[in-house]
Amino acid sequence: MQFQSQVLSNIEVSPGYYRMRMTAPPAVLEAAAGQFVMVKVSRAIDPLLRRPFGIYDMGVFVTPYTDSGTQTFLEILYKVVGHGTGMLADMHQGDSLDIIAPLGKGFDHGAEDEEKILVGGGVGLAPLYLLAKELVKTHRVRLFAGGRSKEDVLCITEFERLGVETYVATDDGTLGDRGLVTQVMLKYLAASRTPKRLFACGPFPMLRAVAGIAEEMQVECQVSLEAYMACGMGACLGCVVKGVNHSAETPDYRCVCKDGPVFESTDLSWE
Amino acid sequence: MTKPNMSVEIAGIKMRNPVMTASGTFGYGREFADYMDLESIGAIITKGLSLRPKAGNNTPRIVETPGGMLNAIGLQNVGIDAFITTKLPFLRTVDTPVIVNLYGNSLEEYGELAARIDDLAEVSGVEVNISCPNVKQGGIVFGTDPAAAAQVVGLVRKSTSKPLIVKLSPNVTDVVAMARACVDAGAEALSLINTLTGMAIDINSRRPVLANITGGLSGPAIKPVALRMVWQVSRAVKVPLIGIGGIMSATDALEFILAGATAVQVGTANFLNPAAAEEIAAGMESWLVEKGVKEIGELVGALKC
Repeated sequence: MQFQSQVLSNIEVSPGYYRMRMTAPPAVLEAAAGQFVMVKVSRAIDPLLRRPFGIYDMGVFVTPYTDSGTQTFLEILYKVVGHGTGMLADMHQGDSLDIIAPLGKGFDHGAEDEEKILVGGGVGLAPLYLLAKELVKTHRVRLFAGGRSKEDVLCITEFERLGVETYVATDDGTLGDRGLVTQVMLKYLAASRTPKRLFACGPFPMLRAVAGIAEEMQVECQVSLEAYMACGMGACLGCVVKGVNHSAETPDYRCVCKDGPVFESTDLSWE
Repeated sequence: MTKPNMSVEIAGIKMRNPVMTASGTFGYGREFADYMDLESIGAIITKGLSLRPKAGNNTPRIVETPGGMLNAIGLQNVGIDAFITTKLPFLRTVDTPVIVNLYGNSLEEYGELAARIDDLAEVSGVEVNISCPNVKQGGIVFGTDPAAAAQVVGLVRKSTSKPLIVKLSPNVTDVVAMARACVDAGAEALSLINTLTGMAIDINSRRPVLANITGGLSGPAIKPVALRMVWQVSRAVKVPLIGIGGIMSATDALEFILAGATAVQVGTANFLNPAAAEEIAAGMESWLVEKGVKEIGELVGALKC
């Protein structure tokens, strides 16, 4: 659905990374973890296109000092990478945004008796937080979070508050282990025998590594992809990725916006 | 106050108002059904269809540029057969004319495609794409050479009795010559403009942003070029014109009508506002009411200059 939204808060959670809370109609609460929103940052023609963001959190709070009752909200986690996100970072409480949400296909929680393993990097942690919130109700959840430096490892405290056991690795060793978080995860998977399911969101090379590990360890794995997109609803065909059956003769393109952003890792071509 | 008459007729296709959706920006219609009333606009033009399914280009396929976007989708589409079996049934339920945009890799393919849709009752007309700049073997040759364009249009004209619209490329030296050639070959209406060929560069990687290197520029950035071309062509040919290029608002649409277009197509605006076409149609009507204009037809080509 398309709706007008007001910014409730917009906080820099780490240098260059922001967490924005905004108003939303109650129906948004039916969104699944992994689904995303398209945000029109300005009414002007620059920036022209909406920007896609995974839903970090959503909920309802009681509005203070009013009789109006409750207010539904959405939260996104974003990194300032260009003009659009730069303008978003300058927004304040009360500013308005035009939102389309929820879009795409979210995560499938998987079987009952599995341990749930989340792995993410940077703003890739956003959809994993909402997923963790749902999964901790019924499952043991572990998070492997990575980044270049400690500034890129976001909102770990929030995951811990949910009761998620967290493991961190950074390229420069400023937080957690030094190196790739996928290697830390691999070590854990190799040492443990309980049935598991992986949920990953982050930069493409990380997802490719996770998909490779999942295949090697024979663990089911879902990945949430990021892509440039113009519409978010399957019309522009700008955000496609190659499916597992893709070849020059038998093209198999899938829309990140509509067929994803969450895919079974075995459904995609990782070349 | 009585409502103004917004209806227009293009090549025999009767539309409730002049707002159509541009090919490639509106999927096959159904994608937008949750966001707008598909029966509030004049016509739906489908994603460009080819004889066989088409994979399209590698990614990245799109990038935003100031006031616009570049795309090099490469005409990815389900192909005419799958369109008929999987997409057309939904469109049949919508009481709005459906115009099929056709794209051939060769002269023969254009003819075959036109023949395929000729007996489909639910297709109100054909828009021939001779101007898509992205596919190396194709469109650009027909779209930039008046004689080649006339050949395609002539063959399509022979292959179908459906109303025939030809979509013109702006990437030519003389758009008027192209327009005349298409009309002489049997085009009953012209739509213009398609995207302007452009490119974007990433200085850090020293690479083009798009995998295809070049792409088609659309959006508000191209509106002045589009207006100029519609105005030029309107003075040279007698057939109705459909104005396209960066229409984001009712004001933009009315500018094209004044320049000489009978109808307009909303394209890139659908991506950022899925209800854009409906809102533009409503906005045009409000303006007519406000100005006391009784019918939209009074404004076609009413530019004072």
